[in-house]
Amino acid sequence: MLNVNGITKIFGGLVALKDVSFSVQEGYISALIGPNGAGKTTLMNIISGILTPDKGKIFFEDQEISNLQSVRIAKMGISRTFQHLEVFSNLSVLENVMVARYTKTKSGFISSGLKLPFAKKEELTAKKKCEEILDYIGLYNRKNEIASNLPIGEQRTLEIARALATEPKLLLLDEPAAGLNIKETKMLGETIKRIRQEKGITILLVDHDMELVMKISDWITVLNFGEVIADGKPSDVQKDPVVIKAYLGEEL
Amino acid sequence: MNKDNIIALTVLVILIVFFPLLSPSPYNLSIAIFAGINALLAIGLSILMGYAGQISLGQAGFYGIGAYVSAILSLKAGIPVLLSILFAASVAGISAVLLAVPALRLRGHYLAVATLGFGEIIYIILNEFGPGGPSGFGDIPRLSILGYFFDSSTNFFYLTWTVVTLAMIFSINLIDSRIGRALRAMHDSEIACKAMGLDIVSLKIKVFVLSAIFASLAGSLYAHYVTFVSPSSFSLFHSVLIVMMAVLGGINNLWGAILGAIIITILPELLRKFEEFDVLVYGLILTFSLLFFRKGLVPIFIDKLKKLRA
Repeated sequence: MLNVNGITKIFGGLVALKDVSFSVQEGYISALIGPNGAGKTTLMNIISGILTPDKGKIFFEDQEISNLQSVRIAKMGISRTFQHLEVFSNLSVLENVMVARYTKTKSGFISSGLKLPFAKKEELTAKKKCEEILDYIGLYNRKNEIASNLPIGEQRTLEIARALATEPKLLLLDEPAAGLNIKETKMLGETIKRIRQEKGITILLVDHDMELVMKISDWITVLNFGEVIADGKPSDVQKDPVVIKAYLGEEL
Repeated sequence: MNKDNIIALTVLVILIVFFPLLSPSPYNLSIAIFAGINALLAIGLSILMGYAGQISLGQAGFYGIGAYVSAILSLKAGIPVLLSILFAASVAGISAVLLAVPALRLRGHYLAVATLGFGEIIYIILNEFGPGGPSGFGDIPRLSILGYFFDSSTNFFYLTWTVVTLAMIFSINLIDSRIGRALRAMHDSEIACKAMGLDIVSLKIKVFVLSAIFASLAGSLYAHYVTFVSPSSFSLFHSVLIVMMAVLGGINNLWGAILGAIIITILPELLRKFEEFDVLVYGLILTFSLLFFRKGLVPIFIDKLKKLRA
């Protein structure tokens, strides 16, 4: 579904990514792991179009997306969450999710300003849809809360809800477990699995939490200093001596 | 529309209906009309500043286009006034697109700089090529709708403030819609908006066009009320005043635009008794209100009200 082909990205003199290639299979939960500074988030930003690669190509459903703007990529069906939370902090939880329905709704300036019946109806449908998503993800009872009042864990869930509202084919999760406690991480794992199973959305996940990654992923790509050092099933990657060395004895 | 806005709108409509019945002097009535015209200018700018996060220092340019285009078309070409007003609004809207497309493609406050230049260009054009040059021209026909002439101050007062009310309802609805939500979201995280496929630039352009159209309507109202226009009413100074109105009232609240416009319009009249020092006192008041009411009057008032209720 997603093919990353020889991506290189250089910041000043620093080579953040060097000839990185890997692919994400449709229906899989794939994970991208690696020590700090391995280039995981840079890669996420390149896939979602926030950064452009210096070399290499990315294909999504056989269409090249490497030089497209993030807005176009989002419209093609790739949605993401952020490592550093990017919730709309002054909007309510429900409004946060409704913003994500923007590309699925149509009413323009005039019909919105005049509250034409068409715009009203569309607004109601969007609201209902978003309430369903919040219910699905377990934030329904928080829908009228201002987003910045939520604890970190719920803000991460909200970002996932928001990403789901765009009805993506591929969901990119950038360190969704950062700042979560053990219980919250476990729940997050369940949610991710449910999204893949029930909604059929392919997932690419970046995380530090080895336990979570090993437990839920079907496929793992390991990055170290901007290069792919291993690629395979969790059980294989876990045993790979190169990977173990990269993590310097960190238990996998 | 939420309850607070419905209450505020009701109060506004009551005030509008009853003000002329208090038989104000023609002078006070004309001040109220100018306050309405300024309110229309400030509402447009308030959406642009408060919701699209852009500053325009050239609103007087659109205001001038609205006044001159509809005045010239109706006076010299004999086109019905209402049609001239709509034509002027489209001219203002199109100029806004031409100005915003390049300026908003760049990051930062390029729009502020571009509008500053635009306002000056319009001002120079009016001076050089406008009928009567710097001294302007008169005999502009009055507005009539379906044979009804708006020829008295009272009915022009009702007309102006009806337009203000409609602009207000339109703006409140807009902010409450998917578009307003997207604009507010953009304030919090531009990057997340992009990741969800929101075309931010085109939204900003549209808001700018809306503010230009409001300004143009205000200009047309001005021209067909005073029946005389000269370039001096559309100088940079007026653009700055419009920014003051929006900021003083509170840019994150549309009602602030109306309040700011009323205060800024009335203030010079109240300061007449200071004679030659009036400009000085005017400046001091504005400086101090910006220092002490930084959030703007309406948001501060709402905060106070919330504390009282709690």
